[in-house]
Amino acid sequence: MKENLILIAYIISAILFIIGIKRLGKVDTARQGNFLSAVGMLIAIIATLFMMDAIPLEWVITGIAIGAIIGAVSATKVAMTAMPEMVAIFNGFGGGASALVASAEFFKIHGGSAANNDTTTLIIIMLSVIIGSLTFTGSFIAWGKLQGRITGQPITYPGQNMVNGLILVGVVIFGYLAVTNMSGFVAETTEINMLWFSIVIAIGLILGILSVLPIGGADMPVVISLLNSYSGIAAAMTGFVLQNHALIVSGCLVGASGLFLTNIMCKGMNRSLGNVLFSAFGKVDKSAVQKTTAGVTVKEMSPDNAAYTMQAAESVIIVPGYGMAVAQAQHEVRKLSDELEKTGVDVKFAVHPVAGRMPGHMNVLLAEANISYDKLFDMDEINDDFACTDVALIIGANDVVNPAARHDESSPIYGMPILNVDQAKTTFVLKRSMNPGFAGISNELFGYDNNYMVFGDAKATVSQFVETLKE
Amino acid sequence: MELIILLFIAVLATFAGGELIGKVPPQLHTPLMSGSNAISGITIVGALIAVGASGNDRLLAIIGFCAIVFGTINVVGGYLVTDRMLKMFKKK
Repeated sequence: MKENLILIAYIISAILFIIGIKRLGKVDTARQGNFLSAVGMLIAIIATLFMMDAIPLEWVITGIAIGAIIGAVSATKVAMTAMPEMVAIFNGFGGGASALVASAEFFKIHGGSAANNDTTTLIIIMLSVIIGSLTFTGSFIAWGKLQGRITGQPITYPGQNMVNGLILVGVVIFGYLAVTNMSGFVAETTEINMLWFSIVIAIGLILGILSVLPIGGADMPVVISLLNSYSGIAAAMTGFVLQNHALIVSGCLVGASGLFLTNIMCKGMNRSLGNVLFSAFGKVDKSAVQKTTAGVTVKEMSPDNAAYTMQAAESVIIVPGYGMAVAQAQHEVRKLSDELEKTGVDVKFAVHPVAGRMPGHMNVLLAEANISYDKLFDMDEINDDFACTDVALIIGANDVVNPAARHDESSPIYGMPILNVDQAKTTFVLKRSMNPGFAGISNELFGYDNNYMVFGDAKATVSQFVETLKE
Repeated sequence: MELIILLFIAVLATFAGGELIGKVPPQLHTPLMSGSNAISGITIVGALIAVGASGNDRLLAIIGFCAIVFGTINVVGGYLVTDRMLKMFKKK
């Protein structure tokens, strides 16, 4: 009876998760969807506590309290610009938790106190531990790359593929050893079992580090989305070990939806997932990059003159990028858009699917600055408008407006759909210096005849625009 | 037999998860990723079970405890940060 009640509670929370994810996909219902899914989570947790015969309350309450405080404080304190990193960290903890739960189950089998100790269970435990620990370290590397604590450039070394291949072989061998030693005879081989198992965990952790390090910083959104999917899969695996329906259903939901989202992101860059993970940015021919940097002459314009040009324009399309996020310029950008509209200029925002460090990153920032989202346009909606636009104002965006993506086959971003800013009558690029962007690729747009550079900090420059327009 | 039924559930849930993502506007990709990330914190349920079943085993209790802390960070942080993002999506 009790068993069934708990299963019913799990069914309710599964329904809430499904409705929650569905509603998260629409602007009007998104917040409600997130709330429903949170309620589902609460129901699942309470039902689980209800199921347990003897609740070691001190462990449970202390653990939840510590986790809740850490989670709540970091979620409320984090700046909107650092959101992608935050999601990566949370995700890493989720993966880590799954690995820990699977490990606990392994130790239980080890001690002879587990209900299921068949080979299948052991294999699933190994998979859960590997995927969970890989998610844990991989997420932290992604965080480091986004924070700039680890270089955004792909880190490669000779024989990298060999090393990764060896590690994969190693994980299979040691996993096999740990599993075969375990099923059947238990007591005698205990120490050697623990050794194999520790090696499997260590390899999982190393695999996470090594597989994310060679990926360029600009691709981190895809990586985070994929790791999010992994943590779902790890949770589902843990569910199989514990034979827990809630874990399996929710884990599979996240695993599948995360994979779909990853795929959508890759499509936005016109690349395959395999290409993002294993090559591309890692194998850039440095000479090709150098070649395009040399001999480009750029024209500079003062902020005042740029402001006058925009004032005289009929239409302005603002293209925000990560530079805007770094400079925290979104509020100034809102003021600029307001001032321009006062003088009768038609202002729109063009958001590239992978602008910033995460899809939708720019939308979140512009929304934070109270820019109504019906002024924001996706690439497909707005790309034809550039040709009849007077000014395209590019604030801290780089690779997503690089025309090299259209024709330069040696460019690492070749084939990625870009915003057609070069078709506007005039383009202004706000940039700190001529340094290449996050992906480390020079931008040929800067040398175009109709382009003017406005050097300086994005926030300072935009507020200079606003000052000039007010006069 | 039980395993087959669990697999059955897993396959259905996987397809459901895939179907749920479809025509999501790009501006919601980040909140969606963040929100589904919070759901993957369901592993806290596993952590609770691990602690509950730890008996007198100190090591199991400690591992389970760490898993509870990690899982709660994922759940609480994930939902709050998603809500914070979504709060900003309002029409003027």
